[in-house]
Amino acid sequence: MDWQGQKLAEQIMQIMLLVSAVISFVAGYVLGSFQMMMIIYAGGVTLTALITVPNWPFFNRHPLNWLDPIEAEKHPKPQVAGSSKKKGSKK
Amino acid sequence: MHSFGYRLNGLLTFSLTILTIMCAIASLSDNLNTPSPSAEIQIININRFQKQPQGNDEVSLTMNISADLQSLFTWNTKQLFIFVAAEYETPKNSLNQVSLWDAIIIAKEHAKFWIHTSNKYRFVDQGNNLRGKEFNLTLHWHVMPKTGKMFADKIVLTGYSFPEEYR
Repeated sequence: MDWQGQKLAEQIMQIMLLVSAVISFVAGYVLGSFQMMMIIYAGGVTLTALITVPNWPFFNRHPLNWLDPIEAEKHPKPQVAGSSKKKGSKK
Repeated sequence: MHSFGYRLNGLLTFSLTILTIMCAIASLSDNLNTPSPSAEIQIININRFQKQPQGNDEVSLTMNISADLQSLFTWNTKQLFIFVAAEYETPKNSLNQVSLWDAIIIAKEHAKFWIHTSNKYRFVDQGNNLRGKEFNLTLHWHVMPKTGKMFADKIVLTGYSFPEEYR
């Protein structure tokens, strides 16, 4: 998933969970059945999980442009001199 | 949301938090209910009224209990626990409450009932104060919810009294 996809997945997840909570509560209250509320809510959570958790292709519509390998070869990494001076580089 | 596990964790946590809020609102919705229960208890017979060897009075009685508690049920009610208690005053204790009978009502349909029964639990006084004593029979109920706050209330029925002499 790319960055835009991650943001989209999070938004979809929050909105879908809230919507299923509201729908299940209203349905349960009107029907007078606590069990119906739990069943509808569980269905909503499962649906949300199926849509937002796996790495679907539509979450990857803005892929990051990593540098092309050919381009990287033209500009080789500078060689570190083999002395005791070690630069601690943090990634 | 960087990985599968991360998103799954976030989803589960958020869904359970929302479920907690839904249950809290369901419990609050119980306050919207305005119940109108009614009950009547008739004492058919005092079967035994004796003084035990230890010096305490013991009573055995048969009652007709009829009640309509259907309006206490809401969508968030798991069961109704009801019990009948005899309440009276003695020189030693300002209030004595003796539980005579109880029942658990699971469904709204069973909440309107009529039962002819003797006392389920022994009615023994602390002392021998019951001759000629006036007492109240109180029907208590506890509305036990599926989630949230339990409500308890009662109906007090007055005007009952024991006979003057042992039988």
